[in-house]
Amino acid sequence: MNIPKDLFYTKDHEWARLEGKKAYVGITDYAQGALGDITFAGLPKNGDAVKQSDLCATVESVKAASDVYAPLSGRVVSLNEKLAAHPELVNKSPYEEGYFFVMDVSDESEKTKLMDAASYGKYLEGIAK
Amino acid sequence: MSYIPHTKDDVKAMLKAIGVSRVEDLFKDIPAALRPKSFNIPPGKSESEVTEHLKKLASKNATGLINFVGAGFYDHFIPAAVDAIVSRSEFYTAYTPYQPECSQGWLQAIYEYQTVICELTGLDVSNASLYDGGTALYEAAMMAVRFTGRKKIIVDSGVNLIYRTMLYSYTSNLSIEFLETPVVHGQSSREELLKHVDDKTAAVILQNPNFFGSVDDYSDIVEKVHKNGALAIASVYPVSLGLLKSPGEMGFDIATGEGQSLGIPLSFGGPYLGFMAAKKELVRQMPGRIVGATVDKDGRRGFVLTLQTREQHIRREKATSNICSNEALCALRAAVFVSLLGAEGLKELAERNYQKAEFAKSELLRISGVEVKRSSPTFNEFTVLLPRQANEVVYRMIDKGFACGFPLGRFYKGMDNYLLVAVTEKRTKEDIRKFADCLEAVL
Amino acid sequence: MKLIFEKHKEGRRGFTQAKPDVPETKGLDGKYMRKSAPRLASVSELDVIRHYSGLSRLNYSVDTNFYPLGSCTMKYNPKFTERIASLEGFTDVHPLLPQLSGGGMLAQGSLEVLYEAERLLSEITGMSAFTMQPLAGAHGELTGAMLIAAYHKANGARRKYVIVPDSSHGTNPASAAIAGYEVIVIKTGPDGYMDLEEYKKKLNKDVAAVMLTCPDTLGLFNPRIKEIADMAHGVGALMYYDGANLNAMLGKCRPGDIGFDVIHINLHKTFATPHGGGGPGSGPVGVGEKLIEFLPISRVIRRSDGTFALDYHCHKTIGYIAPFYGNFGVILKAYAYMLCLGREGLVEAAEAAVLGANYCRARLKAYYDLPFDKICMHECVFSASRQAKHGVHAIDIAKYLIDKGFHPPTVYFPMIVKEALMIEPTETESKETLDEFIEVMIEIARLAEENPSLVTQAPIHMPVKRLDETKAAREPNLRFR
Repeated sequence: MNIPKDLFYTKDHEWARLEGKKAYVGITDYAQGALGDITFAGLPKNGDAVKQSDLCATVESVKAASDVYAPLSGRVVSLNEKLAAHPELVNKSPYEEGYFFVMDVSDESEKTKLMDAASYGKYLEGIAK
Repeated sequence: MSYIPHTKDDVKAMLKAIGVSRVEDLFKDIPAALRPKSFNIPPGKSESEVTEHLKKLASKNATGLINFVGAGFYDHFIPAAVDAIVSRSEFYTAYTPYQPECSQGWLQAIYEYQTVICELTGLDVSNASLYDGGTALYEAAMMAVRFTGRKKIIVDSGVNLIYRTMLYSYTSNLSIEFLETPVVHGQSSREELLKHVDDKTAAVILQNPNFFGSVDDYSDIVEKVHKNGALAIASVYPVSLGLLKSPGEMGFDIATGEGQSLGIPLSFGGPYLGFMAAKKELVRQMPGRIVGATVDKDGRRGFVLTLQTREQHIRREKATSNICSNEALCALRAAVFVSLLGAEGLKELAERNYQKAEFAKSELLRISGVEVKRSSPTFNEFTVLLPRQANEVVYRMIDKGFACGFPLGRFYKGMDNYLLVAVTEKRTKEDIRKFADCLEAVL
Repeated sequence: MKLIFEKHKEGRRGFTQAKPDVPETKGLDGKYMRKSAPRLASVSELDVIRHYSGLSRLNYSVDTNFYPLGSCTMKYNPKFTERIASLEGFTDVHPLLPQLSGGGMLAQGSLEVLYEAERLLSEITGMSAFTMQPLAGAHGELTGAMLIAAYHKANGARRKYVIVPDSSHGTNPASAAIAGYEVIVIKTGPDGYMDLEEYKKKLNKDVAAVMLTCPDTLGLFNPRIKEIADMAHGVGALMYYDGANLNAMLGKCRPGDIGFDVIHINLHKTFATPHGGGGPGSGPVGVGEKLIEFLPISRVIRRSDGTFALDYHCHKTIGYIAPFYGNFGVILKAYAYMLCLGREGLVEAAEAAVLGANYCRARLKAYYDLPFDKICMHECVFSASRQAKHGVHAIDIAKYLIDKGFHPPTVYFPMIVKEALMIEPTETESKETLDEFIEVMIEIARLAEENPSLVTQAPIHMPVKRLDETKAAREPNLRFR
């Protein structure tokens, strides 16, 4: 299981990579594995305001649909347009090419409510049990 | 009569395997207090007795009338080949093709049906069918609400009143605002309609031909609707599409309609066929089953139910619709009907309907006191102004052997003297002449 | 097989119209005409017949294969009802005829069918009245949810929630949501029944209704169902009965007697009308006394002179939910079936359906996990978890059954059972057929341990092997171009 060190994680298996005021958002390796072949990513609209833990996107495989919740609050500033034609990028590269969108983070302190890689790893071990 | 194959020995052997001594033991979870207070059902009858009884009831229906009633539901001829195909029990005793490997026949037939609907409507994608034209229109309105995130819908009053009423029933507990705009001289009033279209509008709903039979080209309206970021929805009569400009050609985003005219009997109101087609960007908002082409492990073409994450069995309360079953057998009728006719045949059918209706118009115009408004063109149905109440005329015409049309006063205030007359390809010149003569006599 | 469009040959025709017999007039103005003709197939009548006959043979159907698809009640569809439904006296009646002035007598036969079918369904279920209009089961659910909303509104309350168990059909929460309700989901307890403690906690005066399937989707009859109903009524909520599983209840128990206020019936399940490859169905909705005034219009009534009429005098009605009186052709077949079976036939159907399901349960439980090991009603739900450990999943079992000529059971539903296999044999299948099916199921259980790849590569004898559903969803190809 790939859990990059520099990211923040939610219990719903989203990740956020903070770059200054911006954050890249996507779903984790565990999440893509559990869903299987991703067939569609329903992204927010560019410019949408999102709140931490609010529904902000959906992700689908052939026989399942999952909601994606915002790891942080802020405004969506760009989308990963590639996912429309290539949803499989979420499977192949969940933390890089398969990101969902980029947001302007309004309150960086919210990251304290997220898990770091070590705690997320432990959290996953708990689920496996 | 019973269709249970078990002999006494079978039952005994099965009970033994289960480990109980009586069938009643299997029902022990139902408490005595919950056993039926009554079950007053008549004793069973033989197949022949029931058949005779129902033949008698069938004969109590009047089927000998020469029919000029349409109002959205039309008396077209159905080729015998349509019945022959839908009578194949490999089709009619199957269910939803959940398991594609043993349902390729159904899946391919629906894929072909979807293609037919896309071609007729001039739109990109179709679903596997809905219940009827009215529920299809309601589903289209809900698609527009979801897609635009807006809640105001403008409905032209040329849309079949039955459908408008259904639309309002279904949405009565949702905060959706409906506005009805008037029909003037048989056609949608551009001025009135466009005045209400704004950035809160989810959709505008129009019908072609409209309930009064008038044909229109709505391209101008659609263009302005789009400028406001709203969707345009058309309810259409598929036989007319052999001839008339398609919803796609006019720029509509969604087309729905009643498919009964494509090889489905009138059958006292059902089962019918709701069809729906849309632009491809709306496909994820579509309700109902959708069939897609794909390949098998060896690369052979095959068909599956697809985009199922929209549906209730996966997404439950977040589904695009609660619909589960569709009207597959009726969709098959439509596909077979259209295949028999082809594009040329469908055009010819539409032309025959148009020509016969025009002939009927001219025959009726000869009667003094009868007016046929000619300001807007019509397809196979038109409105006649009579010198007396249409209701009365309809009543008297039944005695003469005619279902002579639908009295508009039933649906529209102030239209008591108007009669809506439909003329399909089945009506002969003689039928029409006799119709005009009798009408003259009863006026 | 080629598509019908791939058999196109310009100039071929499959149907000829009568020659025009009226003088040709000037056509429509070009601006109303379509510019491009639809690209449809030009083929002969024989082409069409051969094409669709060929397609029909690629389907499994009740008439050709055992079809134990759980929750769908794929029983035999008697042929005489097809003949009745094709009588011209029924097929050729325009639905607006009885709405014309003086037209009241033109459809007496059809109105009598609707009226009598409603009476029979009311007695079978213990409800006071039915609307025959809903066009399918899910359509009935939506109608029911609308009736429930109208009832509460009339009582001055706008309740917010509908309760459903997590084992419910997906249509239940979907119908409630579409009618404007928020959905509360109650989990299933270890005994296989809805968790009563959680139910009590969630039940309050904002709950409009509790939607239940009974027997539930695990095939179990909850002996405490009356308690659940009484508690709902205690807070003023209504009880909704999803009639998908009514087949087990015929003459054994009536939803009305339990205290259900609104119910729908799937005529295509319990009353043997064909499923038509996915429809048309028919989903009449029955109500108790206090909800009659809200039923959709029109209603069929019997006048004192014995004739039948349409009644529109119902000022609290929820309005029109269908264009006319329901899927008449389907209702007609169900009516003929009810008359034919009669009192004793209906009870026997329920008994044989339950007998068959328990026989499958008893004979297979040594081979497959049975999450709720007790007597079931019309269907039994196994789990393929034991086989899954060897890499043989429910879907693989389904595909192997297809190779052996059986339509698979419902798989992966109810969602609360991992690797679910939901078997509903129905009353019309003989012990020999059940035995053959059971033998193949046992063979699969053995293969899962000894040679799983034989199962996982199935099907190999069908016109296509396993299809790439991911490709279908990622690159939607929904029409021929």
